[in-house]
Amino acid sequence: MNSLRRNVLKSAAGAGTVAVAVAAGLLKPGQALAAYPRSAYEAKSLADAMKNMGVASPADSKDIVIKAPDIAENGAVVPVEVTSGIAGTTAIAILAEKNNTPLVCDFSFKGGAQGFVSTRIKMGATSLVRALVTAGDKTYVAAKEVKVTIGGCGG
Amino acid sequence: MAEPMRIRATMQGDVADIKVLMNHPMETGQRKDAKTGQLVPAHYITTVTATLNGAPVLEAGMGGGVSRNPYLGFKVKGAKAGDKVAVNWVDNTGDKNAAEATVG
Amino acid sequence: MKKQTITTLIAGLAGLGIALGAATAHATPEADRQELIKYFTNKYPNVKLEDYVYGALAFDADSKAQYESIMEFPPFGSEIDKGQKMWETPLKSGKKYSDCLPNGGKNIAGNYPMFDEAKGKVVTLHDAINDCRVANGEEAYKVNDMKTMGTLTAYMRTLSDGMLMNIKVEGPKAMEAYNDGKKTFFTRKGQLNFACASCHVQNGGNYLRSELISPPVGHAVHWPVFRGGDNLVTLQQRYQGCFQQVRQVSPPQGGTTMNNLEYFHSALSNGLPMKASVFRK
Repeated sequence: MNSLRRNVLKSAAGAGTVAVAVAAGLLKPGQALAAYPRSAYEAKSLADAMKNMGVASPADSKDIVIKAPDIAENGAVVPVEVTSGIAGTTAIAILAEKNNTPLVCDFSFKGGAQGFVSTRIKMGATSLVRALVTAGDKTYVAAKEVKVTIGGCGG
Repeated sequence: MAEPMRIRATMQGDVADIKVLMNHPMETGQRKDAKTGQLVPAHYITTVTATLNGAPVLEAGMGGGVSRNPYLGFKVKGAKAGDKVAVNWVDNTGDKNAAEATVG
Repeated sequence: MKKQTITTLIAGLAGLGIALGAATAHATPEADRQELIKYFTNKYPNVKLEDYVYGALAFDADSKAQYESIMEFPPFGSEIDKGQKMWETPLKSGKKYSDCLPNGGKNIAGNYPMFDEAKGKVVTLHDAINDCRVANGEEAYKVNDMKTMGTLTAYMRTLSDGMLMNIKVEGPKAMEAYNDGKKTFFTRKGQLNFACASCHVQNGGNYLRSELISPPVGHAVHWPVFRGGDNLVTLQQRYQGCFQQVRQVSPPQGGTTMNNLEYFHSALSNGLPMKASVFRK
């Protein structure tokens, strides 16, 4: 993970988010990169996304609780909440396996911020929603299936 | 033109429960304009940062997969009423927005 | 256009145990409302009447939980703010909407539609807003324009949140308009030959294909809605959608048929609390 961060900070390919953030004064140059590189966000498969995130084989964990609907009311706005019971959680990433670009968002926690995040995501089709949790050097994963239906008679 | 985001921050025990609603179209770049048939260009928030009394507590990355007008909820232990929460975002065009709130 | 043969469902509903007076002298709006409530609460004894304001969500916990989650901090907050700005902007005369609507526009939405004896017709909240506009030097809004009337009322109707629906049907002319609306509701129409009641009464609380159907009691209190969190739809805009979905040319929004339908339909929700600008799928 560290080498990935160093590479992104150095390389021009990482110029998108980090350079802008640095210019805006949000991230000091050399400050630990929180967000994954844009290549992870642009990856079109779960495998590629995880590769670009530098995550190899996360261990399944029952200590990660994903609160998400069984059947989404509307795939444009699916509430997802992830609570990590793993001690020392420093990051959570949310992926929707069947989306065009599976990596949806990622969060890094500092100071007293807890291993918890709540957001709303878009889902194009029924798929597993995966939560990747980073604690220390290890990553863990849990998944929940969310069904997405198209159509219906809502005006 | 970025509209102001809203922040709600309340104490629950010794944990600050912080909720943010950002205003942003979050276009993936995959959607076709119904009228013109053309692809609407990708336009989404890429980075969000939050600080508590100036110290970073959250750094987030986003893609077009986050719903329009992004919602974000997170918790910070050890915060107290009166603490200042500041949230900043940047999008893929370089547009940015910032807001502050006091923990109640 | 040749007049189509239409069949009403009212007699057919007697088989379901709903004795709505079609043309009898005993039919009153309150009796109709009570009959429908009795029908639904007998069919679904575990759903509280007060939860009917949530429509189909009252019958499915997974859907309701999503609604609660989204409504905690809804994505359409900025749309409502736009409506607030419209509401607070003075009209050409210098007066504001709050100067010319009853009670400053607060806690009045539940009184509409109402029967205006002087005009001899049903008047909706949109009509009252337009009367205000015209009296103060502005042009009336098109009632089917979500960007103007829709957005304004997305905020304005929230000023009546918590108010109990309070539709009055008094006098023979009002009763006639109510019965016209009732007839529209119970008459089969369109290529699919469905009445509003076909889905919402006969199948209220049931699944039709993938959709859980909402009962009509509790329908009219929660408009406009934001479909998918960002698609603003007013009640008559939804009626139009329903007509189109049964493949019937829709009557115009703001016309007599639609207004009378809204009059009847709203009376079914009397006594239930209003809540404007909510999330729906």
